[in-house]
Amino acid sequence: MVRYILQRLGYMLLTLFLIATFSFFLMKMLPGSPMKAEQKLSEAQLEILYEKYNLDDPVPVQYINYLGNLAQGDLGVSFQMNNQPVTALLASRIPVSAHLGFQAMILGTILGMLLGLVAAVRNNSWIDYTSNVISVIGISIPSFIFAGLLQYFVGVKLGLLPIAFWEGFQHTIMPTIALAIFPLAIAARFLRTEMIEVLGSDYIVTARAKGVTKGGIMFKHGLRNALIPLVTVMGPMAVSLMTGTLVIEQIFSIPGIGEQFVTSVTTNDFPVIMGTTLFFAFFFILIILVIDILYGIIDPRIRLAGGKD
Amino acid sequence: MDKILEVNDLHISFDTYGGEVKAVRGVTFDLKKGETLAIVGESGSGKSVTTRALARLIPSPPGRIKQGEILFDGKDLAKLKEKEMQQIRGKDISTIFQDPMTSLNPTMKIGNQIMEGLIKHQKMSRAQAKSRAIELLELVGLPNPTERINQYPHQFSGGQRQRVVIAIALACNPKILIADEPTTALDVTIQAQILELMKDIQKKTESSIIFITHDLGVVANVADRVAVMYAGKIVEIGTVDEIFYNPKHPYTWGLLGSMPTLDNTEDSLIAIPGSPPDMLKPPKGDAFAPRNEYALEIDKEMEPPMFKVSDTHYAATWLLHEYAPDIEPPEAVKRRMKGFAKTGAGNSKEGERP
Repeated sequence: MVRYILQRLGYMLLTLFLIATFSFFLMKMLPGSPMKAEQKLSEAQLEILYEKYNLDDPVPVQYINYLGNLAQGDLGVSFQMNNQPVTALLASRIPVSAHLGFQAMILGTILGMLLGLVAAVRNNSWIDYTSNVISVIGISIPSFIFAGLLQYFVGVKLGLLPIAFWEGFQHTIMPTIALAIFPLAIAARFLRTEMIEVLGSDYIVTARAKGVTKGGIMFKHGLRNALIPLVTVMGPMAVSLMTGTLVIEQIFSIPGIGEQFVTSVTTNDFPVIMGTTLFFAFFFILIILVIDILYGIIDPRIRLAGGKD
Repeated sequence: MDKILEVNDLHISFDTYGGEVKAVRGVTFDLKKGETLAIVGESGSGKSVTTRALARLIPSPPGRIKQGEILFDGKDLAKLKEKEMQQIRGKDISTIFQDPMTSLNPTMKIGNQIMEGLIKHQKMSRAQAKSRAIELLELVGLPNPTERINQYPHQFSGGQRQRVVIAIALACNPKILIADEPTTALDVTIQAQILELMKDIQKKTESSIIFITHDLGVVANVADRVAVMYAGKIVEIGTVDEIFYNPKHPYTWGLLGSMPTLDNTEDSLIAIPGSPPDMLKPPKGDAFAPRNEYALEIDKEMEPPMFKVSDTHYAATWLLHEYAPDIEPPEAVKRRMKGFAKTGAGNSKEGERP
């Protein structure tokens, strides 16, 4: 197991290197320059700036410098945000997004799994149909609609919760709910489908023939076997939720990474784009590793295959 | 011998979008202590449904026991509540399923799968249950049980898994063991071992076995009595000797005629023409009549009752009525019957099938 994880970490470094390289050269191929975005600068002023940021060096030299800095954990400074180091920028923004995404993920997954389980056990009953409707609504209606509705009814009409900013737990409640609806719907759908299939399999009949109770069938025999597809979809979803969601962060005026990332793209703020991309990639690979380890814990057949690898 | 189980006029239907499928239409039989009753019949004859109903393992909906009773230990299992039934399943009535590749939980150690019933029914501690599980694996002939108990089903071969399935079924010393085609999914050499194992275990535990199969070779090998099912009914029931040497129902003749044996190489196998009836609309009269070359006019109108051949032998065919013409089984089947009589039915080994 330790060897397996070390091996995976090695692959992870390689992947990160490739992503850093790709994003670097893509940035270089982009038309425009970070300095030209808004300010009307003269040629001379531009030249001074290019020199200051070493943008006048040949591209290969810039690339080597970039990798060198990267290896020391230096992601450069932002051209737009008052020359802040990118690492400091990420460090202040990411925890906010991750906090919100994590809360939404946990809430959505737990409620969704409960809904899916009940729907599977009471297959074709009114509970199942209700769960179906909730899932379809959650999957098809974008989260900002829920955000707006929550703000209007809970925030404005009832005055129960603050409608914006990020100043304490109360402020996290509405955006968390708005964000949680999608994972809730997905978890409910996947678990219901898989659970119905698992409950129809031969080993469930074997368990019933042993006299196992309904609860035992559900949780001891059913759930674990139904978890694999759920883990597969929920992993990437966790990444996308925790790496910031532009719309929800905008609506609730939350100082997260999502908004920052989009601004950096429109203003050609290379170091921020590359730094954020690299961080997202790192996070994504990490989650995939976690998922693979989870697979092994859930299903012993996968564990063996992974161990021999 | 004492009767341990009595099934009276059992009807089981499945409600589907197409209508009511009458899978079992009035089955009556009993099971004595320590005996092995084989239920044979082709696919869809209702043999599995009947036996699953005994442990109330039919998913409901769509399945339901329409009428009839299943008397066991002074209780009518057909009317017991699910909670009460959970106390009987695995403890008094156990089932061995057909496909060992799918009937074990892939994410649970086999030890835990065996111990589950022991902890529930025998109120054993985990340690006690574990040592009993090791005993059981020894009983079913699995080497190194102390190590293997911590392994998962995918680490076992098909035959080994079936041994584990048997160990699970035997865990609480059940009074009735239902074996639903336990050897069908195994290759021939393993089949013989598993049958031997079941016979051995029956000797040790004195449980009664209901053995479902469509393989007459297996029947001859293991059973004391045989019930032949067709289209949701028992058409003939009797001791092994009676069914093999003196079959009365044309369907039983057909089954015997289509059974390959080594000592009967001169005859080609006889196939039963046609296919079983659609149980959405069971035919009027005898369900076997359209495929039966000996069918009488009355077969198309009225279902035959069970005619008594001997105290233990009954068959549902109008041919046994006193007004019916005297019809002999086909020559090939007669030769086979003689063959069985000569060699003893028990000698036609299951390993001889192609």
